[in-house]
Amino acid sequence: MSEIDQLRGEVLAAVTAASDVPALENVRVDALGKKGRVTGLMKNLGTMSPEDRKTFGQQLNLLKTEIEDAITARRATLDSAALDAKLATEKMDVTLPVRPELKGSLHPISQTMDEMAAIFGAMGFTIAEGPDVEDDFHNFTALNFPPGHPAREMHDTFFLPTAPDGNRYLLRTHTSPVQIRTMLSEKPPIRVIIPGRTYRCDYDMTHTPMFHQIEGLVIDTETNMTHLKGCLQEFVRSFFGVDDLTIRFRPSFFPFTEPSAEMDIGCSRQGGELKIGNYGDWLEILGCGMVHPNVLKSCGLDPEVYQGFAFGMGVERVAMLKYGIPDLRTFFESDLRWLKHYGFAALDVPSLTGGLNR
Amino acid sequence: MKFTLSWLKSHLDTSATVDEISAKLTSIGLEVDALHDPGKALSSFIVGHVLEADKHPNADRLKLCKVSTGTETLQVVCGAPNARAGLKVVLARPGDVIPESGEKLKKGKIRDVESQGMMCSTRELKLGEDHDGIIELPESAVVGTPVTTVLNIDPVFEINLTPNRVDALGVRGVARDLAAAGLGTLKPLNDGAVKGTFPVSRKIAMRLPADQSFKCPQFAGRTVKGVKNGPSPAWMQDRLKAIGLRSVSALVDITQYINIDLGRPIHAFDDEKLKGDVGPRLATDGETLPALNGKTYTLDSSMVVIADDANAVGIGGIMGGEPTSVGDGTTTIFIESAWFDPSNIAATGRKLEINSDARYCFERGVDIASAVQGVELTTRMVMELCGGEASELVVGGQAPAAFKPVAFDPARVAKLGGVSVPNAEIKNILERLGFTVATGNPWQVTPPSWRSDVTVWQDLVEEVLRIYGYDNIKAEPMPRAVPQKPALNAKQRLVGNVRRTLATRGLAETVTWSFLSKNHAELFANGGTLVPLANPISSDLDILRPSVVPNLIAGAGRNAARGLHDSNLFEIGPRFEGFKPGEQMLMAAGVRSGHTSQRHWAGTRRPVDAMDAKADALAALEAAGVSSSGIQTGVGPKEGTPEWLHPGRSGTLKQGNQIFAWFGEVHPRVLQALDVKGPVVAFEVAIDRIPDAKKGKGGTARTLLKASPYQPVDRDFAFVVDAAVSAETMLKAVRNAERELVTNIGLFDVYEGPNVGVGKKSVAITVTLQSKDATLTDEQIEAVAKKIVAAVEKVGGQLRG
Repeated sequence: MSEIDQLRGEVLAAVTAASDVPALENVRVDALGKKGRVTGLMKNLGTMSPEDRKTFGQQLNLLKTEIEDAITARRATLDSAALDAKLATEKMDVTLPVRPELKGSLHPISQTMDEMAAIFGAMGFTIAEGPDVEDDFHNFTALNFPPGHPAREMHDTFFLPTAPDGNRYLLRTHTSPVQIRTMLSEKPPIRVIIPGRTYRCDYDMTHTPMFHQIEGLVIDTETNMTHLKGCLQEFVRSFFGVDDLTIRFRPSFFPFTEPSAEMDIGCSRQGGELKIGNYGDWLEILGCGMVHPNVLKSCGLDPEVYQGFAFGMGVERVAMLKYGIPDLRTFFESDLRWLKHYGFAALDVPSLTGGLNR
Repeated sequence: MKFTLSWLKSHLDTSATVDEISAKLTSIGLEVDALHDPGKALSSFIVGHVLEADKHPNADRLKLCKVSTGTETLQVVCGAPNARAGLKVVLARPGDVIPESGEKLKKGKIRDVESQGMMCSTRELKLGEDHDGIIELPESAVVGTPVTTVLNIDPVFEINLTPNRVDALGVRGVARDLAAAGLGTLKPLNDGAVKGTFPVSRKIAMRLPADQSFKCPQFAGRTVKGVKNGPSPAWMQDRLKAIGLRSVSALVDITQYINIDLGRPIHAFDDEKLKGDVGPRLATDGETLPALNGKTYTLDSSMVVIADDANAVGIGGIMGGEPTSVGDGTTTIFIESAWFDPSNIAATGRKLEINSDARYCFERGVDIASAVQGVELTTRMVMELCGGEASELVVGGQAPAAFKPVAFDPARVAKLGGVSVPNAEIKNILERLGFTVATGNPWQVTPPSWRSDVTVWQDLVEEVLRIYGYDNIKAEPMPRAVPQKPALNAKQRLVGNVRRTLATRGLAETVTWSFLSKNHAELFANGGTLVPLANPISSDLDILRPSVVPNLIAGAGRNAARGLHDSNLFEIGPRFEGFKPGEQMLMAAGVRSGHTSQRHWAGTRRPVDAMDAKADALAALEAAGVSSSGIQTGVGPKEGTPEWLHPGRSGTLKQGNQIFAWFGEVHPRVLQALDVKGPVVAFEVAIDRIPDAKKGKGGTARTLLKASPYQPVDRDFAFVVDAAVSAETMLKAVRNAERELVTNIGLFDVYEGPNVGVGKKSVAITVTLQSKDATLTDEQIEAVAKKIVAAVEKVGGQLRG
């Protein structure tokens, strides 16, 4: 056995035997360090004949590489074992409850309005808004409520005291004044929906002094009652998620529409439980009609040229119907339990692509 | 309004069933609100014939009857004293549900004798109160037929009348509408003139000034003498009671009846209590009148009274006077039937707060041609039921002018309604409703005297459509614009972002009233105008809110009372700043109370503080399109911090001079006044103050990202400054020291304590440097560091050794 073979055998055995990283480092220094055994043999090369030097030099280089590889491999093994040993001591009880995070929610009124915006938006409506404090003209007169007319009294209006400008303003009793503002500021064709807060001086089981309405207004030269029916049929079918929901128009009266209608949707009241669908019974859902010529005239539109429809409904009421919320008054109580139970996830944005029924 | 089936049939010849009538009423716009039909429960009950009635073998008071059903004979045990052979009775058989008890009748044994049926009393059928014996049907009743054809069962309809349809305030108007809709034939009304046999003793005195005569243009009357007042006949009492009215006496009942029958208010005076001529005049200011309802009213000169030569004897068109009213001893009456101006009646009724049937009719517009007709019908009915002799008719003034014809192009039915109805059918419908149609070009359609609500051609379209049937209007899709435009404008979209962003931050959205109590409002007025309501629903909801926060704090307080001490609430809604439309601002507001979370093992819970509110406000602003890098924090009232916040732990967020938001701990005194336990932090973002985003020139394209490929370098600095120097001042100094190479600045430590001296603090800032062009050299880094130190020195900071 040559000197090199013997060295190889000894060093490789030492590498394998090294039980930890420092021991391995000792082996490395002992073999490949400045005073190491391989290094020592390298130093002798200078004294050899050129021929011997070549042969012996190659063998030494091979040995050096072999030892380096062995050390690297051993090091990896030792590192891995050391990590395993360390990990074996690192334990946590992952069954612990996570650090608490707050979960917010959206109010059903907001979600319902977003659903409505998605449906009507697809039909080409945009959203119009207006002030809560209104004047008599926009809230009544322009909407064809003549002064002193009994229909005005039915509105239970909240009034403000006489303002510094001598006028007496009021809280809008419906979102309809925004119809007037829209017609006064925009030229037909008009397609808007108007969501917002409305106020009536009434407070009992089924009335709150503040509630929300959403109205629609379409003005052009061709829209007729079949479009009104088509628009609302599409709306209730999408909104309630009943593809073949039947609707019924009944003649009715509103000062600002002529002809006027109330719309019913199919339902069932069997066993005291209200279900929406074609079960033979009817549920009144909204009022609508063709915009009254006096309203068009108030807005400077010629009723012999322009025509269109308007509709309106209570947001809380349809939200209650859709989501089975039993009591109107609870909408405004800020009860966290209610808000979490009937509310909606922050990122659950209703859309036609993602669906409208949670 | 309410009426019974028999009452309707007194005007309408029809074979339609109750359900058919009900459905048709709803479909023509006279919505049936309620239908009370006691006959429905009795459909299986039949006429029985008592063949034998013997004593029950085991009971003295019971009888054992044999009752024929026409096809078989049943044995029935009965306790009624009037059960006897030969009687026709209402027979319930096993399986029938007895209306009073709601229980199904079963065969059974009574005192050991089988009973196979039951003979019923009025009360058991819920047709009345009588329970003294079983119902005795007329001899002519056919055995075995349903009792509903024999019993006097009169279903009651209640319709929800829309305010325009004064023509249907009377039963006859309803009948007319049904006839027009093809559900029968209207019977003729016996309203011809009653011949007077003596001249009336008093004249009609039309005493209204000429310019106000429109308030009561026509007044008709007549004396009937020798009448005998007493109870009204049973049929009239039944009808009045069925619709919830009280029967008083024949004379009073007749006026009530005519009012319901025709929608035509009538008044009857005791003629002997009137002094001289009678007619309308203006009340004098302060004039008083004791009215029929027992109250005395003080009148003014805008109101019309009916007056004789001495006194006001009635509030015209609203209520008669007590002193001249008819009573049991009345033998001569004066019948009054007039026409009053609707808006004056409405105004008078409102002022006096009287809601009478007469007011209800007149303020909606009674048939303009019905004054004389009303007298004639009343006279005839009085003479029929109370006897007497009628005077000649006296009439003052003129009925209002007939309605003007409406120009009508029948093609409008299709244009507006979207339904093609043949012209002949259009004409026919209008004529059936009483309109006069002249078919020129355009048509001239004159409304009948009872349709004051029809004034424009659109009204005629509705008349045609409601009779033709709204069900015949098809549902057509609306034409759609392509490409689709967004429904929301930029601001509406951003408000939606704010809403959902705040919800992702753990806040629960709520909706609270736009009003609050004066006490709460004053705490949050902050020097601004408080806008009260003139007629609040209650004293704790009497001011329009000057801030959204108080209602949220109140909500947190209510939750705490329920044991939920950590409230995290937000609301997006208006605050009110003035009396006029538009003097309001859309706010996104939120409160957090108690701790950041419930207690937990990691122990990171802490009480909420102003920084939580600031973070919420910044997140809301960012969601609303305001980059947080351009936002400065304002401190103190001069910077717009509201006084309802803690003076030392609050601030505002602004860009230039525009204050977008305020945040902080709610002032402990405010919390005390609201009776809510702290800590509570709050923020409000004034969304309406945020300017609309400017559209970039590149459309939707973003500016190109220039990410540097070179190594960034972090450098940390610690400065000692006066404690009063704000962090933002120092950060601003650092930022302005070097804008090119500094890509990020962080503040990672604030220390106040013995090591830095009294009134001082140490602030540690980290800065990231990076060049777009090359790896930074030590010299470059050193130069930036020097600039930063110099800049901070200028604001009072010393680099810590």
